[in-house]
Amino acid sequence: MTAVDPQASGSIAPARTPGSGTFAPRPGSAPLLRQVLAQASMEARLTLRNGEQLLLAVVIPVIVLFGAVEGSHRIGLSLGRADRSPVDVFTPGVLALAVMSTAFTSLAIATGFERRYGVIKRLGASPLPRAGLLAGKALALLLVEALQMVVVGSVGLALGWRPEVSPGALVGAVLTLVVGTFAFASLGLFVAGVLRAEATLAAANLVYLLLLAGGAVVLPTTAYGAVGHVVDWLPSGALGGAARAALLDGHVAVGHLLVLALWAVLGTALTARTFKWE
Amino acid sequence: MADADLAVVVDGLVMRYGEKTAVDGLSLGVERASITAVLGPNGAGKTTTLETCEGFRRPQAGSVRVLGLDPVAQRRALLPRIGVMLQGSGAWSGARAMEMLAHVARLHSDPLDVGMLADRLGLHDCGRTPYRRLSGGQQQRLGLAMAIVGRPELVFVDEPTAGMDPQARRTTWELLDELRHDGVTVVLTTHYMDEAERLADRIHIVDHGRLIASGTPLELTRGGESATIRLVVTRPFPPGAPESLRAALGPAIDVQAIDELSLVVTGPADASTLARVSAWCEAQGVLPESLTLGRRTLEDVFLDLTGRELVA
Repeated sequence: MTAVDPQASGSIAPARTPGSGTFAPRPGSAPLLRQVLAQASMEARLTLRNGEQLLLAVVIPVIVLFGAVEGSHRIGLSLGRADRSPVDVFTPGVLALAVMSTAFTSLAIATGFERRYGVIKRLGASPLPRAGLLAGKALALLLVEALQMVVVGSVGLALGWRPEVSPGALVGAVLTLVVGTFAFASLGLFVAGVLRAEATLAAANLVYLLLLAGGAVVLPTTAYGAVGHVVDWLPSGALGGAARAALLDGHVAVGHLLVLALWAVLGTALTARTFKWE
Repeated sequence: MADADLAVVVDGLVMRYGEKTAVDGLSLGVERASITAVLGPNGAGKTTTLETCEGFRRPQAGSVRVLGLDPVAQRRALLPRIGVMLQGSGAWSGARAMEMLAHVARLHSDPLDVGMLADRLGLHDCGRTPYRRLSGGQQQRLGLAMAIVGRPELVFVDEPTAGMDPQARRTTWELLDELRHDGVTVVLTTHYMDEAERLADRIHIVDHGRLIASGTPLELTRGGESATIRLVVTRPFPPGAPESLRAALGPAIDVQAIDELSLVVTGPADASTLARVSAWCEAQGVLPESLTLGRRTLEDVFLDLTGRELVA
């Protein structure tokens, strides 16, 4: 069965010695770190190139920040913080909103369409392991969030924001970013794993809007009156609260961070049970 | 042949989706550094078999070994060594063609030069085009490039030329030929007879999830109940050639014109018939380019085996 019919196969050149030739096999994986960095830079570039994603990531938070600060000046909104200017209260909340938009909404939508278009399947046949794919996604989220922090923070500073600068503020802010990203990303992957791509798009945007309006992310829970302590248990309320505690008061809000950690555990468990890679 | 010499061994594979049996006790082997075609109509179980070899699906019965490894249990060891071209997309809709190829290249330790690969597959013109705006044929070529960029030992290509124009098909065939020459094992699924016949060292014909025939293109197309002689000439036949040849050969033998350069003679294709065909050529002043004995097309083989046409 080694006989080859030259007419049928068109193979007339003799077999070359192994190891020579353009396509001679030299298979192997790149080092895992290099794969993760490649994945992260690819995903971050795709996010920043996509108009809708950029709108969600940067434009909407900046508009919300402007609107909230201007509006509160005009109507003299009381935020229960007579000692601080509205921009000091709103900027940490809008930073939290930016984290929510990237880690939850953008991630869910992008992952939903990756499943639909077979990207996850394609990568599943590449040397990149699943843990590497998740690490790449996490790193891409942090890259985009860093950019958001710079843009939103700059706008805040231009509007007169005086952030708290202390070790407590720094530790609180970093913990909020990391635990908040984890919590929202796990919930975003859960949504993307159980719904079709279009349904994920709709659900992720709807949840984002609902939490923006009533989730105590931009407005502190004190503005919600009696339901404030309920809203504190939402991941959005906990994220906004933890961001304000850090950047307004310079302390680590252990309670809020624990609430976020609980959501992260719930989201991870749900995702691990339900997520399908195809 | 010892199993250790084979790049792929599928043994008694059974795969079901609900009530439907997609693969029904399939066994086949793939030799190293060869091109093996798995040929069959749509729904024959080709893609399911391939995806089981790629470790996407776990065999429900039977076993699969690829490069001596279990594709599910030893997936991490296997994946860097194989290349996979999926049917349908497999790229971010917003990623540019060359960006996507470069990304897959970066996941490998010693990838091919992506510029060279783009030249070979004619991807340079669309290098900056987002994936969603590539034509079907361009997406297929990019899919093939992504499958081989990591210098695999073995590539699985699922319907590689579906949606390609004739020029791109030829380019793809040449590339697959060259992969084999350089020592790469190629396993392809196709429902194009000409593709299997032109490319493959060995063809496995699959229908309803079962192997119905196996062999080299020559083995598969030789024989049959009535033999044929295929005559191909360098210049078009003179008018009335089939009738004139039929008259020269007598009533037991049928002559059919295939096109202006080829004829098929069906009947007892013995030495005397051959001699009379040669004599006729001489008398008519036509120069035979080839005179092939007893070759049926794969189309004929499939029709004989299943009673159905293999419609692409």
